[in-house]
Amino acid sequence: MAQYVPKEHAENDINRTKYTFQEKVFPFLYRYGTLLVILLTIIGFSLANDKFLSYQNFTDILRSVSIITLLAIGVTISLIVGGFDLSVGSTASLATVTSAAALVLYRQETIIAILIPIAIGLLVGLLNSFFVVKVRLPDLLATLAVMYIINGLHLTFTKGFSIYNNMPLTEGGTAPGVFLPSFLFIGQGEILSVPVPVIIMLIAVVVVHIILQQSRFGRLLYITGGNEEAARLSGVPVQRYKMYAYLLSAFFATLAGILLAARIGTGQVSAGAPLLMDGVAAAFIGFSVFGAGKPNVIGTFIGAVLIGILLNGLTMLNVPYYAQDIVKGSILIGALAFMYYEKKK
Amino acid sequence: MTILSLTSIQKSFGDQTVLKGVDFTVASGEVHALLGANGAGKSTLMKILSGDYERDGGIITIDHKEKQFKTPADAKEAGIEMVVQEVDTALVPSLSIAENVTMNAFITGPPFFSWKKRHKRAMELLRRVGLDLDPSLPLSHCSLAEKQLVLIAKALSREISFIILDEPTAALSTKEAQHLFSVLRELQNQGVGIIYISHRLPEVMELSTQVTVLKDGYVTLQKETSECTTEEIVRAMLGNELVELLNDDEDRVLGNTLLDVKNFKVPATNERVSLTVREGEVVGIAGLVGAGKTETARALFGADPSGDSLSIKGKKIRITSPQKAISSGIGFVPEERRKEGILVDFNVVENLTLPVLKQFTKYGFIQKKQEKTEAEKWIKQLGIKAQKSSLLLNHLSGGNQQKAAIGKWLLNDGDVFIFDEPTKGIDVGAKQDVFQCIKDLAQNNKGILYFTSEIQELLAFCDRILIMYDGKIAGELSKKEATTEKIMHYATGGHYGTVRS
Repeated sequence: MAQYVPKEHAENDINRTKYTFQEKVFPFLYRYGTLLVILLTIIGFSLANDKFLSYQNFTDILRSVSIITLLAIGVTISLIVGGFDLSVGSTASLATVTSAAALVLYRQETIIAILIPIAIGLLVGLLNSFFVVKVRLPDLLATLAVMYIINGLHLTFTKGFSIYNNMPLTEGGTAPGVFLPSFLFIGQGEILSVPVPVIIMLIAVVVVHIILQQSRFGRLLYITGGNEEAARLSGVPVQRYKMYAYLLSAFFATLAGILLAARIGTGQVSAGAPLLMDGVAAAFIGFSVFGAGKPNVIGTFIGAVLIGILLNGLTMLNVPYYAQDIVKGSILIGALAFMYYEKKK
Repeated sequence: MTILSLTSIQKSFGDQTVLKGVDFTVASGEVHALLGANGAGKSTLMKILSGDYERDGGIITIDHKEKQFKTPADAKEAGIEMVVQEVDTALVPSLSIAENVTMNAFITGPPFFSWKKRHKRAMELLRRVGLDLDPSLPLSHCSLAEKQLVLIAKALSREISFIILDEPTAALSTKEAQHLFSVLRELQNQGVGIIYISHRLPEVMELSTQVTVLKDGYVTLQKETSECTTEEIVRAMLGNELVELLNDDEDRVLGNTLLDVKNFKVPATNERVSLTVREGEVVGIAGLVGAGKTETARALFGADPSGDSLSIKGKKIRITSPQKAISSGIGFVPEERRKEGILVDFNVVENLTLPVLKQFTKYGFIQKKQEKTEAEKWIKQLGIKAQKSSLLLNHLSGGNQQKAAIGKWLLNDGDVFIFDEPTKGIDVGAKQDVFQCIKDLAQNNKGILYFTSEIQELLAFCDRILIMYDGKIAGELSKKEATTEKIMHYATGGHYGTVRS
């Protein structure tokens, strides 16, 4: 009979010293790499520009990432169940336009201008879940199609024009309503010198984080994404949880859209489109934060902050906006490469 | 004469050592049978030989010249071909038989290859394996047995010295198997060395010249076939402890009928089955690959819901989903552990409490402390070997993963437990724990449905054995009357008097 040679020992002895450096550095980078990058960028930008490191600039950065973060929370939730919601950008555009239309064209109160976009946004979520859960289309394709449909819908509704105060109407005269101050407060106001959008964002991040980590609902969202068939065979109503995920995704996209309208004070068409890629990037950078290796809201928030800091710093250094996408892409690749490298091992 | 020799081959996957120094030799004109229970390391050894896996240690030589098989192409170059068990993974169903058989010419042959020539070549090769088929038909027209022969014909399209067959008769009828044997004997006479992996002892005794038995990565028996007995091989395969454990003859006391399934339609096979399970009874369901065992198990659990009702404890219930099954007291340990049974990226606690998560929830939030305490109690009871309960299941061995897959149903405390091949790919120690767990369940008046193709296990501790063939329950044997031969008789369709076309 063959003799078993315990080969682990032999190999370990030779390679022990060689591994220690990598063994220490890699797990550290894997866990804290993203935070380290943020720290280094902050140091770098502060050295390059003395205006960078100020309270005013930091609230600016947080204000600028608040909308992306909200949208990215939605993307994160869709990623948690193993899906992918590409329609969040156009859902945000739709929300921007509907809240603006409610205020300007139909002279509604602020509360109506918030509730109507949310109701419509949830309908978009239902539409997504119908295609994904009932028709069983692949998530990417279904939400891509819905993205086009929603984009077309909101452009058709506005005939391609943005909605603003005192805008001329095709049937003559000017629009009856205006952006109410109470509505604009959501996007432009400050409480104790903290911008309202930042407060909304922080509340959303904390609440969603607690729900995802501590509640049964959150656990089952993760379980559904972990292995749908095993989850189903353990009695998890996976289809229902996927539907919840798409509803939440649309809800947060809508919230982002409303905030956007309140921030810029117009119902800009297609305003949400550029948010999609930033949101997706933030969610994926979030995978790498603290070595989570899976979608998580705190990570998504940090991802959005990283993107915000970079854009802010680069703008201060007079790097043109069109070149900034190169940096965004590189950061995303770096975060993903680290994660997948670590996972393969 | 060519001699292929493997010396002290080692292979590990992560922390798990699958091959612990295996020697294996086959010469041309020999039929060397390789036996072993599931998870013994047979497939791994053959995958190393066919260049699928790289070995961690050991030497492979052909005629005393050392060889490195880094890719399947290297092994083919050396004249080693493999006929895999899942024939569908090695053939292209949308292409014609001719194209499949002459596949190698696509890779190494001339850039253009006339259809006429291809057909002629295919005909020749098919004749060598005794197949009389039109090579222009698409492969999807072939039966499983024919596909297997097509795969052998494909292997013969090169000069081969050695051929590996991985459980080729697993899904064949007796007649089809006999045809395969005559083809193999012909190859043997032509001087091809054959490595024959099988579970079925009678055909091993009939066909092979040499026997090697693997158990837990070691060689436990290596002899000329004519010199060893079936009993010896079984002991070498299972180990003495397991043979003892399996040989328990105590009669269980059975209670009332727990599960009554009458004329129940299994949607995946479109056949109807009837069966009953009493309290404290272990009902074994035997059947070859493709007999419809898994399909039946899944339908009973509502994974592929059937329109028909079944009755549990006399109450008629329609199982429309797994949730319904669970709330009716049914638990299911599926065959594909990693794909269906457990969540590998979640920890032991999360896996165990999943079906009963509601019990640990207050106002929607999980009481993690309470959850952990309860789970750790079960981890101890099930003997799950994990340093801590927050370890991801991915880092546990197959046996411990399986215990978690079973354990979650113990937390749920149901009445009927359905097991589908629960000992697949786990080591002997874990097997013992699984058997013990099933026995304990029976002791506690639970009903157990045990689907498996491991006949030894069925014979050992099932109170009753039902045998499936072609989606139907073909026969029923009590513990007293069951033998391997009788089970195989039903499982291969022998009760029809004729064989399946």
